Amino acid sequence: MSPLSPITAPDTRAADAAAARGPRSAPFDPLLALAVAGLGVCSVLTLKSATRNLIPGSPDYYVQRQALYLGLGFVAMLALSRLDYSRLRHYMSLVYGALIFSILAVLAIGHSAKGATRAISFPLFSFQASELGKILLVLALAAFMVERARHVSERDTTIRVVLAALIPAMLVIAQPDLGSGLVYMVISYVLLFIAGTSWKQLAAIAALVAVAATFVLVAAPAAGVHVLKPYQSERLTAFLHPSSNPKKVGYQQLESKIAIGAGQKTGRSGAPQTSLNFVPEDQTDFIFAAVGEKYGFLGAGLVLLLFGLLISRTLRILVMSKDLFGSLIAAGIAGMLMFQVFVNVGMTIGIMPITGVTLPLVSYGGSSVITTMLAVGLLQSIYVQARASAALKGRVLRD
Amino acid sequence: MSAIEPVRPRDPRVPVSPQLAVRVALLGGIAMVFFALIFFRLWYLQVLTGEQYVHQADVNHTRDLPIAAPRGEIFDREGRSIVTSKTTNAVQIVPGLLPAGIYEQAAGYQKRLAAAEDARAAAGVRLAEYERSLERVPHPSAAQRAEHRSLERAAAAPRVAVPPLPRSATRLRALFTRLGRVIGLRPRTIDERVVQGMTATPYAHVTVKTDAGTGALTVLGERANEFPGVAQEPVSIRQYPFGELAAQVIGHVDEINGPELKLKAFRGVKAGTVVGQEGLEYYYDGYLRGRPGVQRIEVNAAGEPVASRLAPTLPQAGHSLKLTLDLGLQREAEKAMREGKANAQGQGKPANGGAFVAMDPRDGQILAIGSQPGFDPNRFAKPLTPAEYAALVGTGASAGPLDDKAENGAYPTGSTFKPITAMAALENGVISPGEGLGAGQCITVSTQEFCNAGHADYGPVGLVQALKVSSDTYFFEVGERAFSHGTVIQREAEKLGIGRHTGVDLPSEFGGVVPGPRWRVEQNKLELECEHRRHVSNCGIVLEPERVWSVGDNMHLAVGQGELLTDPLQMAVAYSTLANAYTHGGVGTVVTPHLGMEIDESNGSLRQTLSFPSHKVHLDPEDVNLVMEGIHEAASQPGGTSADVWAGWNQTQDPVFGKTGTAQHYEKEDQSWYMCYIGDPKRPLVLAVTVEQGGFGAETAAPIARLIASQYYHQQLKFVAGSSKTL
Repeated sequence: MSPLSPITAPDTRAADAAAARGPRSAPFDPLLALAVAGLGVCSVLTLKSATRNLIPGSPDYYVQRQALYLGLGFVAMLALSRLDYSRLRHYMSLVYGALIFSILAVLAIGHSAKGATRAISFPLFSFQASELGKILLVLALAAFMVERARHVSERDTTIRVVLAALIPAMLVIAQPDLGSGLVYMVISYVLLFIAGTSWKQLAAIAALVAVAATFVLVAAPAAGVHVLKPYQSERLTAFLHPSSNPKKVGYQQLESKIAIGAGQKTGRSGAPQTSLNFVPEDQTDFIFAAVGEKYGFLGAGLVLLLFGLLISRTLRILVMSKDLFGSLIAAGIAGMLMFQVFVNVGMTIGIMPITGVTLPLVSYGGSSVITTMLAVGLLQSIYVQARASAALKGRVLRD
Repeated sequence: MSAIEPVRPRDPRVPVSPQLAVRVALLGGIAMVFFALIFFRLWYLQVLTGEQYVHQADVNHTRDLPIAAPRGEIFDREGRSIVTSKTTNAVQIVPGLLPAGIYEQAAGYQKRLAAAEDARAAAGVRLAEYERSLERVPHPSAAQRAEHRSLERAAAAPRVAVPPLPRSATRLRALFTRLGRVIGLRPRTIDERVVQGMTATPYAHVTVKTDAGTGALTVLGERANEFPGVAQEPVSIRQYPFGELAAQVIGHVDEINGPELKLKAFRGVKAGTVVGQEGLEYYYDGYLRGRPGVQRIEVNAAGEPVASRLAPTLPQAGHSLKLTLDLGLQREAEKAMREGKANAQGQGKPANGGAFVAMDPRDGQILAIGSQPGFDPNRFAKPLTPAEYAALVGTGASAGPLDDKAENGAYPTGSTFKPITAMAALENGVISPGEGLGAGQCITVSTQEFCNAGHADYGPVGLVQALKVSSDTYFFEVGERAFSHGTVIQREAEKLGIGRHTGVDLPSEFGGVVPGPRWRVEQNKLELECEHRRHVSNCGIVLEPERVWSVGDNMHLAVGQGELLTDPLQMAVAYSTLANAYTHGGVGTVVTPHLGMEIDESNGSLRQTLSFPSHKVHLDPEDVNLVMEGIHEAASQPGGTSADVWAGWNQTQDPVFGKTGTAQHYEKEDQSWYMCYIGDPKRPLVLAVTVEQGGFGAETAAPIARLIASQYYHQQLKFVAGSSKTL
């Protein structure tokens, strides 16, 4: 709780002066930055152990690249935090167009890896459009809802928002990237929720989702129509009975549980489960297994606390935003982060289905890291603008 | 309605509508619930049940390879080494370090093996079905039998060829060729051994040659960089420096096989361990084997070994075994056997096999024991071909060299059984010693004639004389009389140690048969059951299953013929019992013959003295004296059956009590037997010698016994063939 500062005439000079004074005048939210930096360090430390045997002869391949992505992302975050996000509202159509275009481009010219076409290859890197799409979707939907702010409780608005999210979601699920598709849907739902859509409509959407999921997972396969690839629906249901088929679908989750359990309280030196590749994808989707094995309950708990800090700061920024647009962006990002953290960690400890979402900032991967960093950059921008605006109006914002 | 109310001027706090506050709080609440769930789950996985996952992870990423323990040595009673273990460097292949190609080939081989195993299992099922259907057919046709045979072949363990090396594996092929030139193996042989070894024990090094010789080992060591994946590892090899010496009782060693893994005696023994296969190596395996060490290696998810080597648990060497065997006597006895056989063969007799036992009658210590023909146990160091193995085991009717005839022989004994008959008759009042019996060349019972060998006529003789000259008619008459006294001969034989397991410390001892009325009833029953089950006219157990035990059967038993089946070791126990009763006023100790004396630590210090039980039987001292007098006269007085064999022997110093025997076999040369007790007060000895198809007892077995005794008592080594033509 901070004391109230004396109220002076609201002018920009005063705001600038306030921003320049004392520790409160940091150009960004220090706690948010701390959470991001902490997670980045955890990511690099864990990758060092988990990937040392992944590519024979180059034990540091993943560590070096991830450090580079984190560095690039940090710079991008800083740059974005200096921009006024509210200007992006005017580019709504462009942003949404870019989202749809990039996903279609991936489907058209993307390269395949492990049976899925999710990325476009450039000379030095490959770009996973569905990752960046999360931010684009947040921006586009937030802008749209600000436009419809006076009609937010109308059914028409809700339907348009849902449709606007469903189109890209279906396109990425077709890649197939089920995880990102689910993230898109969650983003739109959280946006509607925070924007004030009526409980009735929210409940109706939830019911529709439940009916659709039942149809996709149970009814359609029984009728011989596979909306999802068989492996996807198998994964989605395998966590309910992990030991029934440990050699196939349940294998990854079982090995992941063994790795985390074997980490015990303070971790296991050598971390054989993950460093000897018993847990597939332990550098990307299953990195939390590597954290849990190498650093035990303490390390896993620390990572979770950092995520707790990240999410709580996001919700705080949601509340302190100077305008509805900022709040909605923060809401979308909060939904994205929460869903990814809970589903990802949940699947490594066997309480969630395997859906192929990354653990933000910790999982290896440039697209994921930079997307999350851009999201954090937006949050920082909202924070900076909120403080500037408050100072302008002579108010004091609690952090 | 907008989520965020317009800002009221001059309100110092952040403008948040109640609705937004509620919804954000809800979102935060959901996050808290999920965090709590995850923390609880992590606590459960890592703290409450972590131990269990540590174990699972260990199983996942480590493999334990055994390190063979040096096997204990075997010494004779003086501590002279009979069986040793030599450590030599084996040439091994480390599959992970070979040039590319071997894993593909091994995978191909495993695929073939799995397919062959599936086919075999399917054929097994079909075979069982076919056999069930055949059971209802009393006389299967030739076609049905042929079908049955082909199914049996299909259901037998398949031989799976190793697929050829992949064409691309040129470096590997060149390496095998180079290595083959150094250690003297064809490249293909090396390749096959590597692939088969990798399949049998994954992750382990594969031994391709154990006895490569120092020259080859030096070349491989000096030019190691030319031989990637070729390593040298010290291995322990069992060595039998005396070759055939007591080969059947010593046994041999080999890797434990599938059925053995299920045996109680090998509980806790891992596949691939070398264990005793026969004889003493098997019987004392628990002591000799030692405890293997463990090399734990780390593997990755693909099962490939990771470079790190963890500290091994070192193996514990096996204990060594000290035998009662006297190496010198053993060698001389085997030499004597060969000499006796050669002598018999010189006279046109096949004399193809035989056995002997030399035992201390007081405590059952076996000083020498052997069976011929012999074999060299060192042959088992290398894999035998099926034909070689079949030759060692022998075929149904005639046992091969592996069979120890001394304790597994199953023979009638001929006249060496007569002292037992005599004891039975005296003890049970069937005869009185002075009574003259057996006059004439033959005696006739109902319509059957029972004659002396060579139709000799000894006139009516008393017991002592009957034993001395080995009068068959005398003992036929005893057998005839004993028949009306019930099973006196059978009971006496059992009392002295015949027809039951002696308890010798060897794995496959023969129990023996002393036939009698009840035995005959049982055999008839078995035969009838077998005929009924198999729908054949005769199973070969008994030729006439309706016949009961007759007086003629009893008369044959009295002279050690007929259906009596025993072996030199049981006879040695019986003679020892008589000798012990003779020297102890009628109290006869029935000993447990044995070869094991002590178990020693691998450094030579005593760990355990082995003891074997014995029990006492009571005989009338006068009866024993009469029987012993009879067989002493047989070996020492003119006219005795083996007196000429012992010509020149110092009978006052080492009195000989010996009995010849000649067991008759259908359509075969007679089997030569000799049993004797040498009554040296300090070093008494019981000898049992038999030579299959060796002729009369006096001409082959008795001279061998004399040679053995000469060695033991340091008397003149002299082979004297006896002239007695008695049975």
